[in-house]
Amino acid sequence: MFRKCGAILLVIGMFALGACGSGKGNDASGSASDTASASPSAASSASPSASSEAPKESVTIKLLMYTPSGGQEETVKAMVEAFEAANADVKVDYEVVPYADYGTKLNTLLSSGSAPDLFEVGYENFRTYAAKDLLLDLTPTIAADTSFKPDVYKKLAYDAFNYNGKQMGVTESFSDVVLFYNKDLFDAKGVKYPDASWTWKEELDAAQKLTDAKNGIWGTYAPIQFYEFYKTIAQNGGGVWDAGGKPTIGSKANVDALQWMIDKASKYKVSPALNDDTFNQPDADLNAFAAGKLAMARFGIWNFGKFATEAKFNWEIALEPGNTQKAHHFFADGLVASRDTKHAEAAWRFMKFFTSDPAAVGKRIEAGWSVPAVADDAVMDAYYKQTPPASKKIVTEALDSLVLPPVGPKPEKWGEFTAAVGEELDKAKLGRSTAQEALDAAQKKVKELLSK
Amino acid sequence: MVGQRQWNRRIAAFVFLLPALLGLLAFQLLPMMSSVVISFTDWDLLTNWTKMHFVGWSNYAEVFREEKSYTAIKNVFVFLIGYMPSLAVLGVFLAVLLNRSLPGIKAYRAAVFVPVITSWVAVSIVWRWILNGQSGLLNYLLSRIGIQGPIWLQDDTWAMVAIIAVTVWKDLGFVALILLAGLQDISEDYYEAAELDGASAWRKLWSVTLPMLSPTLYFVVTISLINSFQLFDQVLIMTNGGPAGATSTIVEQVYKNAFQFNKMGFAAAQSWVLFAIILAVTMLLQRLQRRWVIYER
Repeated sequence: MFRKCGAILLVIGMFALGACGSGKGNDASGSASDTASASPSAASSASPSASSEAPKESVTIKLLMYTPSGGQEETVKAMVEAFEAANADVKVDYEVVPYADYGTKLNTLLSSGSAPDLFEVGYENFRTYAAKDLLLDLTPTIAADTSFKPDVYKKLAYDAFNYNGKQMGVTESFSDVVLFYNKDLFDAKGVKYPDASWTWKEELDAAQKLTDAKNGIWGTYAPIQFYEFYKTIAQNGGGVWDAGGKPTIGSKANVDALQWMIDKASKYKVSPALNDDTFNQPDADLNAFAAGKLAMARFGIWNFGKFATEAKFNWEIALEPGNTQKAHHFFADGLVASRDTKHAEAAWRFMKFFTSDPAAVGKRIEAGWSVPAVADDAVMDAYYKQTPPASKKIVTEALDSLVLPPVGPKPEKWGEFTAAVGEELDKAKLGRSTAQEALDAAQKKVKELLSK
Repeated sequence: MVGQRQWNRRIAAFVFLLPALLGLLAFQLLPMMSSVVISFTDWDLLTNWTKMHFVGWSNYAEVFREEKSYTAIKNVFVFLIGYMPSLAVLGVFLAVLLNRSLPGIKAYRAAVFVPVITSWVAVSIVWRWILNGQSGLLNYLLSRIGIQGPIWLQDDTWAMVAIIAVTVWKDLGFVALILLAGLQDISEDYYEAAELDGASAWRKLWSVTLPMLSPTLYFVVTISLINSFQLFDQVLIMTNGGPAGATSTIVEQVYKNAFQFNKMGFAAAQSWVLFAIILAVTMLLQRLQRRWVIYER
């Protein structure tokens, strides 16, 4: 007991001492906090002293990114250098963080009040940050900038970063998901290649002919998780929300679509078993396709580069088969400015340059990075000309039937919402509940989430 | 009355302790105290902390209302029931073995300790590979003796079994070493006396070794209890709480609520509830201690 008292006394003593310390020298503590706030940038940036040594009119904007991680770091460097060459008064201090750590890092910076001036966000996260009032409204800046016309971008991609009538970011690139197929496997079995007229039925017929379980070759593959789910239900005329923002997860169209996702593996056996551990590892499906073990699979277009170098067979892309209608994923990444940025004008100049200037966009295409969201056909031609796949125009055709991530009425609950539905999908996948039970449970959980 | 000299010594001691105490203050006490404050707010990690609102006890009410909290507590108790007895029994067994004076026994003792000093992340990744249902080493070995192993980490029953087994494997070395120290502390005199009375080896274990070891065992039980409630690293990496929430634990939920769902206030409340549970169970253990722990002196 006495020992405990001693410990408490000691703690109180420490507080007292701490108070004395700060009382004696305000200057000292002030400079200490300065060093503390400067040190994260020193650790992360290449030129920490640039801001203090540069001439007065020059500004440094900080930029945090994830899309270049894993291969396009040099491209970003070249794009930033091109911007600095054209804008001598602005220095860009950029940092690339892998996607897995990006959210945590960005959230920490935002919550500690040391947000970067500019950062990248995907569409669904954009809604979250915009809802939390963390982003700079660019509408007045855009109105004042006479040299800028929004129609340099594809309208759809540009509007993706509009939140409640406020333009709060500009789209940098877009991507979608299409059906990839292994031409050699189709040829070997004499099966007709997929085309735009295909539905789930044709896909299943072909997959049954193409599956060769003995040699570990599967006819078709799509994972069972939330992102695949919201697109597949759209292909069956279903959806997560109705027009009024009420959840409709347990609808018949949705249940049938989930049943189809499960049946491909458990009933028709044209996909790997649902509890196949190897297929549940990250990128295992991509590697299986590259190794010629999948005849058809739904992948993002950002994998073109991987298959162009790794796949030792002919492959092509097609529109995804749907059931009652077509539906394709659409993902947009954009640049947004922090609400508290002190260099809004410089940040805007960079956003504009990075996303639409031919000097920057050209480098993006040259490096095979991603599809810039610009409207100019000449720019897109350069993209189409890069093969394989030969039918690259499919990438744009898929946009005619796109589904956006179903963010719903409460964007800030996106993480919880996807996790809740994902868990019920897991139960259906494991066979612990039927498709109907799983989606009814998901519907109930989502209702509860919304009511909070 | 304390003399001037004595005071000087005390001040000197305090000054020397200061760097360590400041670290403790900055990285343990302050975060703990601020988490008390945060647990009564709706802070979402993203908005500036000056803009958070006090919401009274509603985060705590939410913890008890949410179904997932009960799943997590249930999972933790399932883990505890599998983990604690295995660890204690296997630990005693291993300690008795390591207490023999065999040639090269020191090398064995060191080898047993290797998993303890390996990082949980590395261990979990290796075990995830060993436990892979289709191409994993364990199921391959099982198939050689005619057993078709389950898809360990994708099966809502076996996933927890796998987590328990891996955790026992990793913590066994530590527990065995502690118990070994306890064993070596037992005076030879007791065994001699028992032998004179004609006690069998079993009788010696039951009537001498175990009672004399009980203070050490009590320590092991307390440690394994706290480990169980703090179950996190291996779960996050091996199953991420899945499949379908079958291995979701309290700390795993605190982490997800705080850093993935941005519900910092709720997560802080959850961790204080966890603290209360650990405190209650440890105090219960302390009470029960009198019934079975025997102190020599």
